[in-house]
Amino acid sequence: MHENDDHDHDHDHDHDHSHLDDTALRVRALESLLVEKGYIDPAALDVFIDTYENKVGPRNGAQVVARAWADSAFRQRLTDDASAAIAECGFTGRQGEHMVAVFNTPSVHNMVVCTLCSCYPWPVLGLPPSWYKSAPYRSRVVVDPCGVLAEFGVTLPDSAEITVWDSTAEVRYLVVPERPSGTDGWDEAQLAALVSRDSMIGTALATPAGEAQP
Amino acid sequence: MNGAQDLGGMQSFGPVRLGTDEPLFDHAWERRVFALALAMGASGAWNLDQSRAARESLDSVFYLSAGYYRIWLAALIELMQQRELISEAELQAGRALLPAKSLPRVVQAADISAALAAGAPVTRTPAVAAQFELGQRLRVKRDTPAGHTRVPRYVRGCVGTVARVHGCHVYADSQARGEGENPQWLYNLRFEAAELWGDAAQNSSVQVDCWEPSLERA
Repeated sequence: MHENDDHDHDHDHDHDHSHLDDTALRVRALESLLVEKGYIDPAALDVFIDTYENKVGPRNGAQVVARAWADSAFRQRLTDDASAAIAECGFTGRQGEHMVAVFNTPSVHNMVVCTLCSCYPWPVLGLPPSWYKSAPYRSRVVVDPCGVLAEFGVTLPDSAEITVWDSTAEVRYLVVPERPSGTDGWDEAQLAALVSRDSMIGTALATPAGEAQP
Repeated sequence: MNGAQDLGGMQSFGPVRLGTDEPLFDHAWERRVFALALAMGASGAWNLDQSRAARESLDSVFYLSAGYYRIWLAALIELMQQRELISEAELQAGRALLPAKSLPRVVQAADISAALAAGAPVTRTPAVAAQFELGQRLRVKRDTPAGHTRVPRYVRGCVGTVARVHGCHVYADSQARGEGENPQWLYNLRFEAAELWGDAAQNSSVQVDCWEPSLERA
């Protein structure tokens, strides 16, 4: 656990620590008040947390991408109606009701942001990482996508064009990265291991075949 | 509203800070705030757009400095206080001082998996035909709404091309005002970087979802 919050650099640690304690105490007071008033089922809170901490995450999206790489008929269905194609894989629901898959090509690289808040395709990627929700990413990726990519260690060919998808409505976007070379004949499980969370947001490329983690 | 949430194109926030292990929650209390917000959101006491509007209505300096889950916490408390579900005195006391009000529903643990898997689709059967079509050049109207909008400032007044027609979707601006779903056609517009950023443009474009009321023929 971080003792200082990333956004509180003006605060010294002692001050910040008491600030955090105040927040933690306020949250505890709120929770017990809501339980006492019968507004929430305490067991429901644990289910929400367990779902998004342990059950839903970017391995879901990696399965979708791997299948799109391996199965051209599925890729076509993912192009035509991503919500239905992703549902075939068993991933549906909140913050993924209306999915669109956007496919990287040698000449076009896609990236996803929500400049207004933190919209993100939960059923396939889980909850967003901190940087996705932060002011530096949300402010810059629309105007300086190359600079943001460079911070992630990604350099595209000069000829590549970048398309940034700003999630301003309830449509959620999933980037399908390009399939790495040298993966002919790989099965979907092997391919899925090459698909990182960031590659499905567009801040990374798929992992090269030679760097696959077993 | 032209609040601090509308970050696209702003400068001077520094580099994107990448964590090493990137935990979903930096502090234990953030986990609780996340779950409390989802549980209360599912109660039907307010809708998703009203919760976004509550976060955006927070003081701009607070919004930019508080951190993500402090924003969620402050907005959650605000939404509950506005509806007199809780009071500040109760929060300070950590216990109920006034009788509970009735909620449309209290989400039960056993129902959550099914509810999350079902989600809450926002597409609706259109009452009228779409005014615009694929490939058309449209301008985002210049506007400065006092309330919630999903039109980022950086596209207002700019011309884009309709890249997708998403169908008829619940209109966030109306929902946030508590005026019902008022479904409207939703389009994806492609804006070339030069249209948005002038000489700072890179070899890029931005694609933004816009509802019909915010658009006009270019």
